[in-house]
Amino acid sequence: MTHLISAQIRHTLCDVSNKTKTPHLGSCLSCVDILTALYWNVMNIYPDQPTHPERDYFLLGKGHAASALYTSLAYRGFFPVEDLYQHGSTGSRFEEHPGIHAPDGVETVSGSLGHALSLATGMALSKQLQGANNRFYVLMGDGEINEGTVWEAAMFAAGKHLSNLVAIVDFNKLQGTGESTEIMHLEPLEEKWRAFGWHTMRVDGHDLSALVQALEAAKSIQQPVCIVADTIKGKGVSFMENDNNWHYRIPTEQEVAHAKQELGLS
Amino acid sequence: MRNAFARVLTELAKDDNSLLLYYADIGNRLFNPLKEFAEDRTINAGIAEANMASMAAGSAMMGHKPFIYTITPFTTSRNFEQIKIDIAYQNQPVIIVGTGSGLSYANLGPTHHSFEDIALMRALPNMHVICPADAYELEQLMPQLIKLNAPCYFRIGKKNEPAVHEGKPALTFGKVHVMRPGERIAVLSSGTIMPLAQELVHTLNERGVSPELVSFHTVKPLDQDYLNDAMTRFDHVITLEEHNVNGGFGSAVLEYFSEQVNWPRVHRFGIPDRFIDQVHSTADARAKAGLTVTDIMNTLSERGVV
Repeated sequence: MTHLISAQIRHTLCDVSNKTKTPHLGSCLSCVDILTALYWNVMNIYPDQPTHPERDYFLLGKGHAASALYTSLAYRGFFPVEDLYQHGSTGSRFEEHPGIHAPDGVETVSGSLGHALSLATGMALSKQLQGANNRFYVLMGDGEINEGTVWEAAMFAAGKHLSNLVAIVDFNKLQGTGESTEIMHLEPLEEKWRAFGWHTMRVDGHDLSALVQALEAAKSIQQPVCIVADTIKGKGVSFMENDNNWHYRIPTEQEVAHAKQELGLS
Repeated sequence: MRNAFARVLTELAKDDNSLLLYYADIGNRLFNPLKEFAEDRTINAGIAEANMASMAAGSAMMGHKPFIYTITPFTTSRNFEQIKIDIAYQNQPVIIVGTGSGLSYANLGPTHHSFEDIALMRALPNMHVICPADAYELEQLMPQLIKLNAPCYFRIGKKNEPAVHEGKPALTFGKVHVMRPGERIAVLSSGTIMPLAQELVHTLNERGVSPELVSFHTVKPLDQDYLNDAMTRFDHVITLEEHNVNGGFGSAVLEYFSEQVNWPRVHRFGIPDRFIDQVHSTADARAKAGLTVTDIMNTLSERGVV
């Protein structure tokens, strides 16, 4: 069931990108399964009451993948899917990077990389002090973790034993202009997080059951958890996979149709 | 002044569980009284100021009213983008405290001087900028800032600054405090430079001039009512601050006047647009920056003010 949801989200992402000229499709496609696992299986959410005090929080670090978050929220019932086609237009809540007028379910602004883990760390600490049980999930790109604040937050969160905090690295091995493992010395990535005091897991970021299993296991671990999710940029559409041109390219109508076929939707 | 900050925060935090302090590993023992009853709300964020600013925004989103505290340059310019996006843009009630403002840490060199912080903070929408002149002003303004429930930059001194008031003045956030009324010339002082303003007024008195002396503790929003009134009452407005003469309090006053008709002549005094180094003390640094009564009087004389 959730596999079909992922496929549907991927197709909608391609279609919205084509119709509204929204870029960053490759980055969006790589994190769809992570979002599906979180929003359909793991997180405590209330689409009818988006600010319910007992909800879990999702913070998108890699703000350029906002379209993937908006689409997941739409299919999860926070607002109508048709609204997604307002992407990037003047006056729209669906800005290319989420702003303060972002639609229901978007917890914080994003666009400048390396802020989300710090924000979530402050949130998680405050909720811990207040004795509340909310959990905080942060999705970061591998390019994003070039930012030093990510590691400042990592040290702090581990020091405070923030067991209500989960970081997920969408490790698709490509960032804006090249290979993330060559631009920065990222590997061994899991060991880095472990050395910073986090419990780590490494999973196939497109294997929904593996993702759900890891995220569920994280709930009972008494320290912050980092899940390094190996992913493929452009996942699900053969001609986009691992091709970094799709960081910025917009698909044609024919390419969207082709993608739909490959996703098994037609 | 930092002792006053710690004392006032401790008093306020006793009655308000939402107050939270993040500090960047400075103030050894300063916050011990706060820790005694609120250890979990007295948080050493480490020497990681950018993360501290964003964490504070996150805490604010969860219902806390956080302070972030460290030496001025590190709580404003080092973490500027985090303040811009996470605190100002998202309009979170974080009070950013810069201790040792201006040239307080003179001998520690330009890394520890702050002459750009007011310019940075006042350029941010939603941000309020408050520069108390002494511990009394700090004490009067702090509870008002908490009530604002909005982003604030609170620019304070280091320690042992002289008191410029004899007791607690009746201060209101956003409104100037007239220290002594006068005519023809207004001396508008913002922050810990007030003793120099008082000395300047004294010297002007000796020349037979009776200027008005004002503590302009709130730089943003500017007290426009006062400035409107000042336009009709004074020929000359002197602004004084321990900040780059460009972009700070004096610039804010000048910007406001520039949009009016028939405004008085404005004379801005602050740190000239250069780095101040190789100095032993704040007094030396001020002398090197031309922030002395002699230098100011010379300029006023050259301009025909006195």
